[in-house]
Amino acid sequence: MNIALFLEMAAEAAPDRIGVVCDGRRWTYAELLGGARGAAALIRESGCTHVALLDESSEAAAMALFGAALAGVPYVPLNYRLADADLAALLDRITPALIVGDVDRVARLYPSEANTLYSRADFVTAALARSADAPAEGEDGEGIAIQLFTSGTTAAPKAAILRHANLVSYILGTVEFASAPEEDAALVSVPPYHIAGIAALLSSIYALRRILLLPAFDPKAWLDLAAAEKASNAFVVPTMLSRIIDTMDKGHAPDLSSLRSFAYGGGKMPLELIHHALDLFPETGFTNAYGLTETSSTIALLGPDEHRAAHASNDPAVSARLASVGRPLPTVEIEIRDEDGHVLPAGEQGEIYVRGEQVSGEYRERSALNAEGWFPTRDAGWIDEEGYLFLSGRADDVIVRGGENISPGEIEDVVLAHPAIADAAAVAIPSLEWGEAVGLIVVIREGHERPGDDELNALVRARLRSSRVPEKLLFADTLPYNEMGKLLRREIKKLFAA
Amino acid sequence: MKPGTKLKSAVCDTEVMIIRCGEGAIECGGAPMGDAKPETLGTPSADHANGTLMGKRYVDAAGAFELLCVKPGKGSLSVSGAALSTKDAKPLPASD
Repeated sequence: MNIALFLEMAAEAAPDRIGVVCDGRRWTYAELLGGARGAAALIRESGCTHVALLDESSEAAAMALFGAALAGVPYVPLNYRLADADLAALLDRITPALIVGDVDRVARLYPSEANTLYSRADFVTAALARSADAPAEGEDGEGIAIQLFTSGTTAAPKAAILRHANLVSYILGTVEFASAPEEDAALVSVPPYHIAGIAALLSSIYALRRILLLPAFDPKAWLDLAAAEKASNAFVVPTMLSRIIDTMDKGHAPDLSSLRSFAYGGGKMPLELIHHALDLFPETGFTNAYGLTETSSTIALLGPDEHRAAHASNDPAVSARLASVGRPLPTVEIEIRDEDGHVLPAGEQGEIYVRGEQVSGEYRERSALNAEGWFPTRDAGWIDEEGYLFLSGRADDVIVRGGENISPGEIEDVVLAHPAIADAAAVAIPSLEWGEAVGLIVVIREGHERPGDDELNALVRARLRSSRVPEKLLFADTLPYNEMGKLLRREIKKLFAA
Repeated sequence: MKPGTKLKSAVCDTEVMIIRCGEGAIECGGAPMGDAKPETLGTPSADHANGTLMGKRYVDAAGAFELLCVKPGKGSLSVSGAALSTKDAKPLPASD
């Protein structure tokens, strides 16, 4: 099974329908398939072992993704925000490669005769020129479809791999072929090197939903594109939603009445923000999607009806679900386990394990699956009585104070309820007495007085218990996030060490 | 036959891709499907002429077979004479 099948089916069923819109240009499914077939010919002739993209989203990303799939070569979208030295190290790991995008940077960082370089425009032109004479048949899809380098916070980045079989299983299990009405359009603003960006291409092409690519996220450009193309669906990370709403609140609010479905994921959604968004878009269905690179994207989701029910409910158990990532997909199993690998009952916090055909759990170097096929995600969380999954951070972020496991999230949630606190993060700090203790850093909301240390400590002690009380409290103007809205806890730890 | 194998109907335009495969003969319109289309198409038998739908998944009662229709046609699918039915997945909200 080859993921290129999805584009082949779209082009078979609706050759002249628009599949991708980017920078004002429109591409039909037939043109995209032609480009992918031409790209496959270029890839085969180059003799490369990887097809890399060092570029923002465009039609070239779709052609490279499906072209690589047809040619049976892994597609490796690279993070163009990486520092030069880090990027050069990754280029060394994928050579010989066919690389599309910022060719000047590649030539400067990693000059090598072994690599074949194309700028975006040259690649699209060359691929289309070959579309007529390139063979239609692709490889059988036995191997690796996609290789994504993890962010590598502690060691060298790991090369996570997704096989064709993982991605095909994910798409067939979650998307009904040709289910989108012709006027539907999905606005994709996540970068192409993120699993959500790849899943968006596959899902929307299989649903025959027009894809609106926004190469570089900017809230005003996002709003204008959504309005102009009458976007029906959109996926954002929480920081993007925050910036979109901020721009709307400041008066730039074009007509978004076409927007039926707003999906989000990739980081923790502040409760205040999602409540505000639900009020601001009363007719829109919100979906929270939880997934990882290693699981081919979404494994659990909280759907539109559950959002509305939680938003409107006075029942604490129901309203709390707005902070959950919902229930597992019918095609995957999720369990919470303790450090010894024993399954924990509802309500108890541990590490999230997942199993299913879409779950790869595999790296170039090794597979992380256990003997029964379960993938330990290194995410910590718990499941409530009704089966809703709640995340409490990375397992590695858990603060172990005198043998007691403390999740940063529980402290942050309590502190964020204080009206003067705009943002907060709890991290482990070294403690002679306890091994680790709680370090808390907060951002004061504009126009508010800084609360006293005692006040925040008392709040934590009253709501939780004394072991959760911060040993050290810092104030900051902002907290460090990456471009996808992930809090950089390692940077925060450095502030405490300073 | 292994997953990913494509089979063509001997009686109509139908093409399927194998997702899961057990023991038995995969047929369309009552005739065995093959790697290649015959020079002249037969006609679907009256018992197996309800047609196939593009993008639908077809399964047998035991769950041993699962076929994805990648090209629709007039014949309907069966395994060793037993008709396959469509697999109706619960629709999920778009999450990406």
